[in-house]
Amino acid sequence: MAGCAWRSMLSQVVGGAMRRPALSSASFSRGMQTVTLIPGDGIGPEISSSVMKIFEAANAPISWEERNVTAIKGPGGKWMIPPDAKESMDKSKIGLKGPLKTPIAAGHPSMNLLLRKTFDLYANVRPCVSIEGYKTPYTDVDLVTIRENTEGEYSGIEHVIVEGVVQSIKLITEDASRRIAEYAFEYARNNQRSSVTAVHKANIMRMSDGLFLRKCREVAENFKDVRFTEMYLDTVCLNMVQDPTQFDVLVMPNLYGDILSDLCAGLIGGLGVTPSGNIGANGVAIFESVHGTAPDIAGLDMANPTALLLSAVMMLRHMGLHDHGNKIQTACFDTIRDKKVLTKDLGGNSKCSEFTAEICRRIQDLD
Amino acid sequence: MAAALRGSLVTLVKGLSGPRVQLLATRPLSLSVGLCGPEAPPARADATFKVTMVPGDGVGPELMTAVKDVFKAGDVPVEFEEFHLSEVQNMASEEKLEQVLTSMKTNKVAMKGKIHTPMEFKGELASYEMRLRRKLDLFANVVHVNSLPGYSTRHNNLDLVIIREQTEGEYSSLEHESVTGVIECLKIITRVKSRRIAKFAFDYATKKGRSKVTAVHKANIMKLGDGLFLQCCAEVAQLYPKIKYETIIIDNCCMQLVQNPYQFDVLVMPNLYGNIIDNLAAGLVGGAGVVPGESYSAEYAVFETGARHPFAQAVGRNIANPTAMLLSAANMLRHLNLEYHSQMVSDAVKKVIKQGKVRTRDLGGYSTTGDFVRAVVENLRHRPVY
Repeated sequence: MAGCAWRSMLSQVVGGAMRRPALSSASFSRGMQTVTLIPGDGIGPEISSSVMKIFEAANAPISWEERNVTAIKGPGGKWMIPPDAKESMDKSKIGLKGPLKTPIAAGHPSMNLLLRKTFDLYANVRPCVSIEGYKTPYTDVDLVTIRENTEGEYSGIEHVIVEGVVQSIKLITEDASRRIAEYAFEYARNNQRSSVTAVHKANIMRMSDGLFLRKCREVAENFKDVRFTEMYLDTVCLNMVQDPTQFDVLVMPNLYGDILSDLCAGLIGGLGVTPSGNIGANGVAIFESVHGTAPDIAGLDMANPTALLLSAVMMLRHMGLHDHGNKIQTACFDTIRDKKVLTKDLGGNSKCSEFTAEICRRIQDLD
Repeated sequence: MAAALRGSLVTLVKGLSGPRVQLLATRPLSLSVGLCGPEAPPARADATFKVTMVPGDGVGPELMTAVKDVFKAGDVPVEFEEFHLSEVQNMASEEKLEQVLTSMKTNKVAMKGKIHTPMEFKGELASYEMRLRRKLDLFANVVHVNSLPGYSTRHNNLDLVIIREQTEGEYSSLEHESVTGVIECLKIITRVKSRRIAKFAFDYATKKGRSKVTAVHKANIMKLGDGLFLQCCAEVAQLYPKIKYETIIIDNCCMQLVQNPYQFDVLVMPNLYGNIIDNLAAGLVGGAGVVPGESYSAEYAVFETGARHPFAQAVGRNIANPTAMLLSAANMLRHLNLEYHSQMVSDAVKKVIKQGKVRTRDLGGYSTTGDFVRAVVENLRHRPVY
């Protein structure tokens, strides 16, 4: 995997740095690699085809396997995703996904949750980098939030103890805490980031967040080359809006991650420009745009494909295709900086197809 | 609630020659009656208010000194009863806590710094800070986030109020290890307390002439817990047809706050979200050093900083920004119906900020805490004549 290649390079450079056993499975051959594409609902198909066009222009060695995902009821009455999508993902290990809608009152869990459970996607990674030319009050944001995605406040265990009193259980386990901490440090090392900050509330939730923090500290011992700091959630929020430049990689339990990742997305301009990746067990990874399906503009060629495109760039980097990733990202950022061809939500007046064509043109110019 | 308390204070004080806070104990409050007796309040200068003071940890004592200096210079008729309660300096005990509570029961009003909570778990799940809050039943925390004229940040002219339930929710201190390596942490939401905070929020909005209350939640995930909170807010909202009611999910709320905070007016939320939003919003207007806050129960009012941090790294360096605590002190004076003095203190602080000559480090200046306090004192309208 990309990570492995990088890590071995890095540890050679670093010298005796701790080398973890290489992540098994999923080894990619040079040449075409298959990626499962889940176009999604609403504007999903438009922005997916936009990404496909851009990839084609960049000659990215990716062959797409398109799969539709809806919740279906399995033999045991359990909700599951269609078997052909599952098979494709199992084979390719890598997925790119547009927004999926969850019908209200359909009786099944949200599609994102279902995917998360099916592939044990335990880490949500969101790099937030200021986009030059897209003006927000914050300029040089460059940080990554890594969120534990399987437990915590989202355990879904709640009871009414007596009428009018509800208890919701937040679960923190040693294994999941260690796993996310290890991922965060590996990510920092593989992506040349210098520090990892654990975000917690262990002064209030002394046992649960205390456990999370302890695991982070333990893992930090094995990554001496990455600086480790810990900070209260409230302090992070306070400092984040004043000076986001002081942060690098942030690792945290589920709810805090949910809140902070959206907060950071807000700093750089919202979910329309924020990429996201979900890392699962056994080398599975699904990259996605986290914005909604925007049914009101679906099919009108008005959608902004930036978030999905940047997620796809994340995917390329994850697969070790850094050259292709950089090329596409440069073309995308240049297009936004020049402000000539922009979709409506970015402050322009162009159509999705025009925006896509502009990025493709710039990629060809780069060659 | 607070409104009611202040209201009763006003009437009581107006009808008396010397406002004695004890007289407030006309409410059934057996303990306080037992303590100070129905007649003969202890000797004290006429028209002097006694206020409990818990400086807390970190820069708390320094900020309190600032408040005392300004009060002294301004001849403010307030006398402080100081209690040093600190968990990190081994100065906390049940006895100490009792003393604070006894004092609070007489005085009803307090100024408080942050009592630092050591992070390490030593068997006791609830910190002193939380125990104090619970014992006094300080259920409502109010942080009025207001941009300071003269100090510009990324977001200016902000004016929003954050109302936070702070006795239950994630801060219930109920945690256990069900099996080795698995910790369960309970978040408790009750109808009674959710309705109470919702009513407080709408009452506050009514009293302050605000037009909108937004409930912040995560009911899409915590369907029962936050669902109950949301339901209570919606029920209470129906009793206030003049005030607009909206809901927003916490993560979206944070995102909106950094993108367009002007859309919010009064925000009401459970405990942890309040902690997050308080700090975030304080950060928008200049940080923990400039935003005052207050906590209310049906009986008591505690005045503190809006974002509660001990700021321990600044202890003794004379760099802490006393603005938040001074503004909070001004709010306390208003609560005591010392309108004149309140105005005087807050005007002086705001004037110093606006002039921009004397600024502490957190606002990009080079002045010390002492410089700032001196500047405030210079600007007090009313100076004692010696």
